[in-house]
Amino acid sequence: MSKFKKKKDGGLAPINTASLPDIVFMLLFFFMVATVMREDTLMIKNALPLADQVEKLDKKNPISYIYMGKPASGYEKYGNVARIQLNDKFASVGDVAAFIAAERGAMREELIPFLTVSLKVDKEANMGIVGDVKQELRKVNALKINYTTGAGEALTNMQ
Amino acid sequence: MAKRAAPEVNAGSMADIAFLLLIFFLVTTTIEKDSGINRKLPPMEENEEDVIIKQKNIFTVLLNKSDQLLVEDEIMEVKDLRAAAVEFLDNGGDGSCDFCQGAKDPKSSDNPDKAIISLKNDRETSYAAYITVQNELVAAYNVLRNRRALQVGSQKGFSDMDFVTMQKNYKDVRWVGNKEKLKAVIDQIKVEIPQKLSEVQ
Repeated sequence: MSKFKKKKDGGLAPINTASLPDIVFMLLFFFMVATVMREDTLMIKNALPLADQVEKLDKKNPISYIYMGKPASGYEKYGNVARIQLNDKFASVGDVAAFIAAERGAMREELIPFLTVSLKVDKEANMGIVGDVKQELRKVNALKINYTTGAGEALTNMQ
Repeated sequence: MAKRAAPEVNAGSMADIAFLLLIFFLVTTTIEKDSGINRKLPPMEENEEDVIIKQKNIFTVLLNKSDQLLVEDEIMEVKDLRAAAVEFLDNGGDGSCDFCQGAKDPKSSDNPDKAIISLKNDRETSYAAYITVQNELVAAYNVLRNRRALQVGSQKGFSDMDFVTMQKNYKDVRWVGNKEKLKAVIDQIKVEIPQKLSEVQ
């Protein structure tokens, strides 16, 4: 009787999917933590030069970003000389002061003296525009600046 | 042979494995941070009093519109700039600097505190060249500060730590050590070898 009893035939046992939510959550958390939100859409070319004597930009202090570079492809109508981008639009040198004022207005008062301006300048840009922006920053007393660069051998910049 | 159904895999510990991985990644990933060369712009002051600085204490670096470098009225390659700046800063001409190892040339800088590097660039200079020069000049200061840090640090109990490592450790929350003491050493070195980099407008 029992010797020839047919084995129960259920095919393969179903895969237990009870832990699938865990895996999904794990991935979710991972990406939540690891991704950095891009703050601005770049309308300019922004290949940063390299430097090796760099210091980390401290995120504890407020940072404002000023981008400079030639208009990227798709924005050729804005010409082919380096331009300033503030937030999401092109700006002129005269707008820098208003931009800094707006940035300061948006932050807590005690942090205002610690505002660092990060200059993200394309390596093909000329110093003229950078000098103008620096002069504007001096006028509004935003004196802490950071020439944001990539990490690498600086001497390769000029080749 | 009798066909056997595959035994069910116990998935009870899957969640544990998942959490283990999650925690592993949480701990190991570092979010990429921006880094760069920090500078402080001079404040806008209507300061008409001219400070008289001896010519020998100024190290002029000129970067022209085709990215050529003129250092102390001589054409120079960028790769030689660091060594030239170190030589200038480390000269110690008046003998008041006891850690300088330079040539003590009376025609060059008196001591690192008085030595000023003046950087002038053209409007047409490329940003890449400017950053390279800035980087080399910061590197020259760091060379001297590292050397000084090794001397001072060994007396203050931070042996085998150069200046860059000291600054990194000071900012590192995981570093175990006396941060106040380290800060004092860093400040002392900063006072002894100040970064006096002036940009001509």
